[in-house]
Amino acid sequence: MKHDVVITGIGLLSSLGEGVEAHAELLNAAPANTAQPHGPFLIHPLCDVDFDRQIPKKGDQRQMEAWQRIGVYAAGLALDDAGIKGNNDLLSQTHMIVAAGGGERDEAVDASVLEGLQTADNKGAYLNERLMNDLRPTLFLAQLSNLLAGNISIVHGVTGTSRTFMGEELCGVDALRTLQARIAHGQAEIGLVGGAFNAARKDLMLNYAFEDLLLSAPFAPVWSRNERHGGMAMGSAGAFLVLESRDHAEKRGANIRAKLTQVETDRCSRNVGEMENSLKSLFEKLALQPEKNLAVLSCANGAAPITEQEENFWQSVDENVALRAIGTVAGHSFEAQAPFACALAALALDAQKFFAPFEAKEKTFSQNLGQVIVSCCGHWRGEGLMLLEKA
Amino acid sequence: MRDHLDRPVLVVTGLGVVTSLGAGKKDNWAKLTQGVSGIHRITRFPVDGLRTTISGSVDFIDVKPFTATDLSFAMAELAADEAIRQSGIGAPKDFPGPLVLAAPPVEVEWPQREDVAALAKENGAQEITYDGMMKVARQRPSYHAMFLFAYVAERMSERFGTKGSPISLSTACASGATALQTAADALRRGDCEAALVAASDGSIHAEALIRFSLLSALSTQNEIPEEASKPFSKNRDGFVMAEGGAALVVETYAHAKSRGAKILGFLAGCGEQADGFHRTRSNPNGFAIIGTMKRALADANLQPDDIGYINAHGTSTPENDKMEYLASASVFGERMPNLPISSNKSMIGHTLTAAGAVEAVFSLLTLEHQLLPPTINYRNPDPALPLDVVPNVARSAQIHAVMSNSFGFGGQNASLIFTREPVAAK
Repeated sequence: MKHDVVITGIGLLSSLGEGVEAHAELLNAAPANTAQPHGPFLIHPLCDVDFDRQIPKKGDQRQMEAWQRIGVYAAGLALDDAGIKGNNDLLSQTHMIVAAGGGERDEAVDASVLEGLQTADNKGAYLNERLMNDLRPTLFLAQLSNLLAGNISIVHGVTGTSRTFMGEELCGVDALRTLQARIAHGQAEIGLVGGAFNAARKDLMLNYAFEDLLLSAPFAPVWSRNERHGGMAMGSAGAFLVLESRDHAEKRGANIRAKLTQVETDRCSRNVGEMENSLKSLFEKLALQPEKNLAVLSCANGAAPITEQEENFWQSVDENVALRAIGTVAGHSFEAQAPFACALAALALDAQKFFAPFEAKEKTFSQNLGQVIVSCCGHWRGEGLMLLEKA
Repeated sequence: MRDHLDRPVLVVTGLGVVTSLGAGKKDNWAKLTQGVSGIHRITRFPVDGLRTTISGSVDFIDVKPFTATDLSFAMAELAADEAIRQSGIGAPKDFPGPLVLAAPPVEVEWPQREDVAALAKENGAQEITYDGMMKVARQRPSYHAMFLFAYVAERMSERFGTKGSPISLSTACASGATALQTAADALRRGDCEAALVAASDGSIHAEALIRFSLLSALSTQNEIPEEASKPFSKNRDGFVMAEGGAALVVETYAHAKSRGAKILGFLAGCGEQADGFHRTRSNPNGFAIIGTMKRALADANLQPDDIGYINAHGTSTPENDKMEYLASASVFGERMPNLPISSNKSMIGHTLTAAGAVEAVFSLLTLEHQLLPPTINYRNPDPALPLDVVPNVARSAQIHAVMSNSFGFGGQNASLIFTREPVAAK
């Protein structure tokens, strides 16, 4: 490694509010529960947002679906926080990696087409006719995965390079890993990385309902869900970070919030015991400072059995581990979850204080905070660990 | 061996490809250089009421029931198997490096949606709603994984035993090139000594076609399917949607040499620059495309005069071909009218997510065979685009370096440069 990689900009938008301050309140006390029913399941809906503040042109907003607006908004907050918004020279050299899913669909159109298909004589012809007439011409662009990045280029002028990683939770970790590695090796000096997710989408909820992965009322915190059925509450969130080499950050007088020291990822087939082994081998790669207890910010989503497996793993490593599941306070945001956790870890390190427990099972942490591990197990595949340290 | 920036020199040791022309390099290259078109009438689904009724779908791989994810996997698998066999790298289910995959976006498809809707009715739903479908969804657990974005890469990773977390990426129609670039970055950093790069797109179904159709991006010249894709022609009217897959084994020169592998060509340079002008159009000044080509040249330590042939993005849309000409003319100057530039898409259509990698494979075959594949259907040249498009008939040439261009919606631009010999480090 040649260059230290530091975090100089944070953009957060979730059910908890917007910006650094709203999320820093988590350091003092767990917030009131934000989960609400959306159809048969619980989600953490987005806070009220005036999108005009980051996406001034209504025409731009109309070209995006909610997940893209959330992301473009959070990206703008991160650029503001880094003090580079509007700095076109720098933005034209800023490298971007976005972790994205896709979508979204018009639920009413889908339902109506499906109703008609039940009785249509020629199903194929009927489907063609309805789609030709009922799909908005620009819908496609609001669905394409890489158009979140495309809209960030258009609205905020980030045009150094632009890549979009896909693949649910792990693409968020791999986006961070890749940008961190590029900066560490001098392939880039500054970059924007993050993701966005809209939870208020029944078209997407359906895909998780197939595997019975969603949480229905009553709400329970993540580590306590296994006592019933387990389940994830999807959460709307946008999370972006500005990463840069320490030299670059210091030269321009940036506010360095934390150091992103290491990002490690792997996959396994999730046979019995494999996920724990995967986490163990990733954990052994981390260059940890010898501290009394570990502070771990987890992306655990509440679904069985992996939530309990992850909890057991951390307790086997350190029986007094201070574990915090951000899913309890903000829900599960798939592609955005790891960037969200990484941003929260940076906030905590900047404040030199770890988060107050989010539920009774989580242990308090009273040491000075020097390092945070972010843990991310994909709900289906993929394991990732990140190590952040105080700057 | 290290390059001008003291990075490991990168080589390609295995190639695999599937398009509407067939499976495998041999078949594809023979047809591509004979000017055969793979474009045909759509039979996969009814085309009643559609403005476009032709495509370059891959129908000889039977995926039942059809889903875009399963066909995309099947083509990626076929191409990767061919590439790995040629390369002789690793062992079965044990590829010694990561997977970088360009894959199409994924969502639940209509047949499965319809199945769950019918199930909701059977279970007493009065009318179809997403709430009602969610209530019965747990009776179809197998639908979950097959519509995840991680699905194709995960299956590829398990099938070939690639190492670490696989990367799935999209930069729209530049994805295949971006996958190669992303692997090149990792190899040059020393993260790995070899990488499996694959790209696949099997997403021709009614809604995907209609979406492009509603953007007026597709050719509607349905009468003679083989003649619809006519890049750089005056009467071009859109691209022809197509399917395909490609795979490349990319290694450091040192790694390939140490295991005695045959080197098929060098991945000498990659360039990329995003364009923030518009969602579907390039900035009319072409700065991002020009910047992309120039960055690829600088990355390869080459001058414009070193490039002997351009494998064009050449989609056959009015906009793309014009912008590609303008940017190329700016980079290559007075040479441009005489610099051969041809579009594989005239024969195989636009393989979308896969295009950058499919065309990278063809660029390497061009270097190997010293034969330029033609741009077919070039009977009505656009006088505004004075180019040597290798019209209609393949041509022998002495070529040392090829540039392959890819551009996509969302301001995505990527250029790759392949060479026969390593570029000397200055």
